[in-house]
Amino acid sequence: MSEVAAKELRIVGFLCNWCSYGGADTAGVGRFKQPTDLRIIRVPCSGRVDPMFVVRALITGADGVLVSGCHPRDCHYTDGNFYARRRLEMLKRLLPFLGIDDKRFHYTWVSASEGAKWQQVVTDFTKQVHALGPMHQK
Amino acid sequence: MAEKEYAYFSGCSLEGTAKEYDESLRAIMKALGVNLVEPDDWSCCGSTPAHTVDHVFAAALAARNLTLVEKMNKDVLTTPCPSCLMAFKKAQFNMSRDEAFKDEVNGLLDEAYNCGVESKSSLQVIYEDIGLDAIAARVTHIMPDLKVAPYYGCILSRPPEIAQFDDPENPVSMDKVLSAAGIQVQDFAFKMECCGAAFGVPKREMVNRLSGKVLEMAIDAGANCIAVACPLCQQNLDLRQEQVNKTTGSNYNIPVIYFTQLIGLAYGLSPKELGMDKVIVSADSITRRITREEYEKIKADEAAAKKPQKAKKDAAAEETNN
Amino acid sequence: MRVGVFICHCGSNIAGTVDVAKVAEEARKMPGVAYATAYMYTCSEPGQKEITDAIERDKLDRIVVAACSPRMHENTFRRTIMKAGLNRYFFEQANIREHVSWIGLDKELNTQKAIEEVRMAVAKVMKNKPLFSSSFKINKRVLVIGGGVAGMQAALDCADGGLEVVMVEKSPSIGGMMARLDKTFPTVDCSICILGPKMVDVAQHDLIKLHAYSEIAEIKGYVGNYQIKIKKKPPYVDWTKCTGCGLCMEKCPTKNAYDHFNFGAAPTRAINIPFPQAIPKKATIDPNHCRQFVKGKCGVCAKVCPTGAINYEMQDEFITEEVGAIITATGYGLMDIERLTEYGGGRYPDVITGIQYERFLNASGPTSGHIIRPSDHEEPKTIVFVACAGSRDKSLGVPYCSNFCCMYIAKQAILTKDHIPDSQSYVFYMDVRSPGKGYDEFTRRAQEEYGAKYIRGRVSRIYPKGKKMVVKGADTLLGTQVEIEADLVVLGTAVVSAPGAAQMAEKLHISYDTFGFYVESHPKLRPVETNTSGVFLAGACQGPKDIPASVGQGSAAAAKVLSLFSKDMLESDPAIAQVNQNTCVGCLKCLKTCPFQAIVEDILRSGKKVAKVIETVCAGCGVCTSTCPCGAIQLQHFTDNQLLAEVNAICQK
Repeated sequence: MSEVAAKELRIVGFLCNWCSYGGADTAGVGRFKQPTDLRIIRVPCSGRVDPMFVVRALITGADGVLVSGCHPRDCHYTDGNFYARRRLEMLKRLLPFLGIDDKRFHYTWVSASEGAKWQQVVTDFTKQVHALGPMHQK
Repeated sequence: MAEKEYAYFSGCSLEGTAKEYDESLRAIMKALGVNLVEPDDWSCCGSTPAHTVDHVFAAALAARNLTLVEKMNKDVLTTPCPSCLMAFKKAQFNMSRDEAFKDEVNGLLDEAYNCGVESKSSLQVIYEDIGLDAIAARVTHIMPDLKVAPYYGCILSRPPEIAQFDDPENPVSMDKVLSAAGIQVQDFAFKMECCGAAFGVPKREMVNRLSGKVLEMAIDAGANCIAVACPLCQQNLDLRQEQVNKTTGSNYNIPVIYFTQLIGLAYGLSPKELGMDKVIVSADSITRRITREEYEKIKADEAAAKKPQKAKKDAAAEETNN
Repeated sequence: MRVGVFICHCGSNIAGTVDVAKVAEEARKMPGVAYATAYMYTCSEPGQKEITDAIERDKLDRIVVAACSPRMHENTFRRTIMKAGLNRYFFEQANIREHVSWIGLDKELNTQKAIEEVRMAVAKVMKNKPLFSSSFKINKRVLVIGGGVAGMQAALDCADGGLEVVMVEKSPSIGGMMARLDKTFPTVDCSICILGPKMVDVAQHDLIKLHAYSEIAEIKGYVGNYQIKIKKKPPYVDWTKCTGCGLCMEKCPTKNAYDHFNFGAAPTRAINIPFPQAIPKKATIDPNHCRQFVKGKCGVCAKVCPTGAINYEMQDEFITEEVGAIITATGYGLMDIERLTEYGGGRYPDVITGIQYERFLNASGPTSGHIIRPSDHEEPKTIVFVACAGSRDKSLGVPYCSNFCCMYIAKQAILTKDHIPDSQSYVFYMDVRSPGKGYDEFTRRAQEEYGAKYIRGRVSRIYPKGKKMVVKGADTLLGTQVEIEADLVVLGTAVVSAPGAAQMAEKLHISYDTFGFYVESHPKLRPVETNTSGVFLAGACQGPKDIPASVGQGSAAAAKVLSLFSKDMLESDPAIAQVNQNTCVGCLKCLKTCPFQAIVEDILRSGKKVAKVIETVCAGCGVCTSTCPCGAIQLQHFTDNQLLAEVNAICQK
């Protein structure tokens, strides 16, 4: 592994376009410094996140997965994040049965104006994943 | 049979200059069925001087006592002195939120403190835990001449995150407690203004000026007595009244009494056992007592006399107004 | 497939902390990439030309731009590649500015991250399919929510532009906050004199339909085709019969009803017309105070009404209006001064709010323009204004500036001198904010010509002393404490979001910030649009602002609606769900989960039951796609394969 990669782990993020992706943008505009481990995939709604994506990511090389959407009741598509909330909670509880530490998966709600909160979420989750170490030992 | 029991920290002032606060508090707690137990070998809480020198040291002084309370298997400590209270509350607040700070403080102690004790002022215990109904139930005497301005001082409800009690800008606990004890309470806008606190020695003229203002406003509010819950407030307003008069050319002669003493009087306890003779400005002239039954009879007679006039007035009001 | 990759320097915004040349170099090695380069400002005209030239020259068929957030320029670049003949959906934008260069300083780590973001975008764009919009008809009618000055301006501009307007106002009369003002700064124009004609125009315009004393119950549909359910509240007076004569108000025996129009500055009758210039000029009964409702007996108004308009049996009435666009102009609220305990807000009668004082100043107000102390009705001689009462205070949850208080306090200080020549006004301020045309000259006049004493410092406490209120504060320019014995204290109360703002936003599917103000598409460049197409903002609901700014936004919102309606058909967003009817098993789980009821059951000729998406209703959320057990329904442009391609690009290097 390259020297660069050795400093970081790999975290995949699924962010909803309307709130969380905007929140991450706001954090950028505010120049809120964050660790670089995260790679963001944009989805229209947190309800679009199929639990299959999360498991796929963890099995094929991600060390942690983060999903973020609009706050419940504020979903741009009204109900999308309610479905996300149920599915992702179920997924979190099922992960140990797959032999995956559930602390490697985190879902949260960040609105487009919450730049500082996004910075906190990314920093905390990255720390959490680093504490667990890489998913697959070299 | 005691219904409630609290760990009790009197503090140094209550053993000396504020002895009457300790005596009166114990007396009324006994009357209300509350048992106060002092921790064995309690020591100085640190008060004002310690935290101006070093925060870790100050927390250690406070935490040593809290550890003693933990050993008593108690999780609530009550103290009548707001300064002791702040020392305990700040130690608890900072140690329970900052792991590193907690370790530093415990490093200075023989036995570590585990952040398991909640500290409450005696006023808070009386207001929240005992409750206004229980306070009112024990009243046997009314003092018809007494008009009290309750003075809270600076730190009973401030800073709000640490004190977690009453309103930080307009507290009403003492007002309500005294009212429940059948005492007439005036609306006193200066209830939280600074009296000068510990500047009594280094900056005496400041204390004279600020305490003078408090006395003036109390009289302006129609009070003939100030109720306090803090030994330093009592000292500045009572002990220094003569100095205030000399400096500001005023003529104040208003007694400053602990709220516990006033409640004790309402419970029929003797002025001697409540330490009423230990204050500088005497309250004898305004603490004339009559029994509750006598008071009720007087009120009933007054109401009967007013009835025919009132009925006429009421009818007229209904017509034109509402 | 020939993918072209363009890495943007964005000046030094990206190039400062990302080695863009290296990113381009690595991009060239990625499978499918035929061309990769780094450019200074890709969104500029020459930058876009670089892209179109490269497409033509190198026969590129898919484009990736690594630059700012797609929320910023995705549409810009989509248009660029369209001009070069490519389908707009053969474009992906990697965010290496907001998500990389701006949030980290380690150039090596940033460059690595940028490379991977590009790799993801390339993997996705290679899976993209061409998508084509369809057109749908739009209903060229507009709903304006709120009858304040912003809403009225928007309505008038739309109507003058030939559109039919439906206006819904929740109070019995339009006019909003401006109708309550006495004079307006900086010209000291009489407020209702300049507002009145606009109100009449709104009432009389052929194309404007006004529903006063009504609220929005439900909003269904999408841009171009909304169905609005409106609840018309019962005024208990038949407005078709009411002539606004005011006799009922004169005779009503209940004199202590809360006066909403006067913000409680003085009580009013249970039946009332809010103010003389009200439109519609009709009476309304407040059932919370009316004796007929509370005690069951009175009926005086019914007896005296010359047209027999009173009707105690009225109920809520629901109607539906169909429109194509919505302008939200719901205004603002004011902080409850009881929260300012150190000022005795709500406890002392002689400590009042700016709007209550404004009502005292107003000749048609509760005191006929006489300034009085609420406690004893005497004329005050010393008046203290406290600016920033609640605003710019993190501890109260209002860290922002309320925009117009400095100006109205100066105005009120000037008017006070006119009303009471021997009065002395004091203003406690932190800063004097007077940025508009003539504004700074105005605040200076208050001090220099009208003798208002401005004290730079905050007020720490207000308490009663005898008949006066002592205002204790600091004078930071002199470095002393100040105590003023005032006859009357006026608090410049903080502006907060309108009551019910959050619920309204949920009905409209628009975002609101922590304070309840509605979120615009872009704080600098798109102040009157929201991220929900078809819904526009105007006025203080978007943030505290004064009358010229509100009027400006009203016109701006109207312009947006007029341009939206300038075409007869709108293009639908083709990034919607599509059912593969071969693989669909007809379980209809997607139908049950769709938040917009955009999926219906369809029976094929073979008799097979399948799901079908109604294109114009699908909003493109993708919940159906993650629900489908066999992957038959896929949200286009965010299909399972496309998203998994991004996952693979990150995880398997």
